[in-house]
Amino acid sequence: MDDKSPMLELRGVSHVYVGRKGASLAVDRMELAVGHGEFISLVGPSGCGKTTVLSLLAGLFPPAAGQVLLGGKPVTGPSAKVGYMLQQDCLLPWRTIRDNAGLGLDIAGRRAAAERNRVEMLLEEVGLAGTEGKYPGELSGGMRQRVALTRTLAPEPDVLLLDEPFSALDMHIKMQLEDLVQATLRKLGKTAVLVTHDLAEAAAMSDRVVVLGRNPGRIRKEIAVPEAIRRLAPTEARKHPSFQALFDALWVELNAGEREGGSHE
Amino acid sequence: MSDDKACHPAGGDKEAASSEDNGGPHGGDDRAGWLKALHAAYRRRERSIGAAVLSVQLLLLAAFVLLWEAAGRLKWIDPLLFSYPTKIAAQLASSSADGTLWPHVGVTVAETAAGFVLGTLIGTALAALLWWFPFVSKVFDPYLVVFNSLPKVALGPIFIVAMGQGFLSILSVTLSMTVIVTTIGIYNRFRDSEPGLVKVVRLLGGTRLQLFRLVILPASFPVIISTLKVNVGLAWVGVIVGEFLVAKEGLGYLIIYGFQVFNFTLVLSTLVVIAATATLMYQGVALLEKKLVSGGREPS
Ligand SMILES: Nc1ncnc2c1ncn2[C@@H]1O[C@H](COP(=O)(O)OP(=O)(O)O)[C@@H](O)[C@H]1O
Ligand SMILES: [Mg+2]
Repeated sequence: MDDKSPMLELRGVSHVYVGRKGASLAVDRMELAVGHGEFISLVGPSGCGKTTVLSLLAGLFPPAAGQVLLGGKPVTGPSAKVGYMLQQDCLLPWRTIRDNAGLGLDIAGRRAAAERNRVEMLLEEVGLAGTEGKYPGELSGGMRQRVALTRTLAPEPDVLLLDEPFSALDMHIKMQLEDLVQATLRKLGKTAVLVTHDLAEAAAMSDRVVVLGRNPGRIRKEIAVPEAIRRLAPTEARKHPSFQALFDALWVELNAGEREGGSHE
Repeated sequence: MSDDKACHPAGGDKEAASSEDNGGPHGGDDRAGWLKALHAAYRRRERSIGAAVLSVQLLLLAAFVLLWEAAGRLKWIDPLLFSYPTKIAAQLASSSADGTLWPHVGVTVAETAAGFVLGTLIGTALAALLWWFPFVSKVFDPYLVVFNSLPKVALGPIFIVAMGQGFLSILSVTLSMTVIVTTIGIYNRFRDSEPGLVKVVRLLGGTRLQLFRLVILPASFPVIISTLKVNVGLAWVGVIVGEFLVAKEGLGYLIIYGFQVFNFTLVLSTLVVIAATATLMYQGVALLEKKLVSGGREPS
């Protein structure tokens, strides 16, 4: 991989959903670059195209126009280099926790003992030691989402795409998981794109927040998170004196975007 | 849009329960004793209701048999036509003792088992084909609907002419009744598999075959097994009708034969045998279902 080019890049990317009822522009001429090891958040009103951007980055479908690049090379389809975490855990109810966590490895045909061990170690790291033989139905929502995190990390992706992975969780479990995810990704040096509608979460977790305007999705503003906040774990960052100012700045942007977009609907 | 909606919402339901103070000895032994007593009372109530239901059921059966017996012996009903229980029992005792009953039972059971097992397997295979080739499924959709609404039994004579008076014709009648409805039901289940699970496999780079093996087939397993159960019933109809038409051996043949020689005791005793065997078969499949569909599945 070419180290000078950004890890992820969108060049003039537009996406159109075509269906029986017509064609709708979901993402319009988007330019975005994410550096190696950088953690960015995408925030924006519901329906502004955040999930579409992640799907394009993951290679689920090609853009209608423009280029999606991973490590400087065009993305042609899902790859083991990119991990994706959904809002729902989507665990297979008939597989044990161990087998769910190792699903990506199974699919890739990676069945060596070392790979198995790594899954067990990851499960231990996210606090799931002792649940390996259980089934998803026996676990709480927070624990299941940890299994989903393990499943995403197990194939050792360079990039993580997180689509509102904490939004269905209770507040305190959500904050625990935010800390866990940030610490884990930082330790492993992964690049990450987090989609969220929670401004505080975006501000607390990322290095940079990208605010999208609605209909069709385009970038309104990018706000860098001050170094002082960036250093801290999300729960600590929320208590930092300058956190409120950052939150307010995001709030203003998001509201402005919503007003503009709402007018022509 | 959020095509992963169907998945398990990652709600934090049980986390609270597990992190909360879980009683412990300082909760007091009387509390534990109290809970136990409440549970015991609940179980007692359950058991007594169960016993009451069973005794009423047995009572109804006994009353029916007695009434039938009395009606037959006292000529309230024509015993030649409706027979009565002791006569049927005697008929069954003699035909099972001299061994004339068993070959018929064996033939019919074999035909029925072959019918519902093959019907389910072929139907599932066709459903997989339709799932794999969406174009094919679009093309065949109207034909399936038409064939499914056809009374397939009417095809019986054609099968007999084409395949001769035997096992193959009877199996064909049975399969014509089970295969299409199985295909439609299981294909619909394949197609409705949770989009979130499908998305996960695609995101992990899975092929279409892996998607089928890892998600589509296992997710449909409970439906396949319950279809197997439905097919037991359909197969019995197919086999009995087939044996009516072929009229060589089997329980369906016994009924037709009894009817032709005006021996209604034979007809009714055969019906009793069919009821008993079909129930056993159905219970067997239900037991199989319980075994196969347990494990870590969520109670949904
Ligand atoms: N599969 C699809 N087919 C048609 N339209 C879609 C599809 N997925 C999303 N859209 C539309 O594209 C727009 C952006 O959707 P999405 O990326 O899911 O937004 P977000 O994740 O920001 O809520 C929305 O207007 C949505 O209705
Ligand atoms: Mg979304």
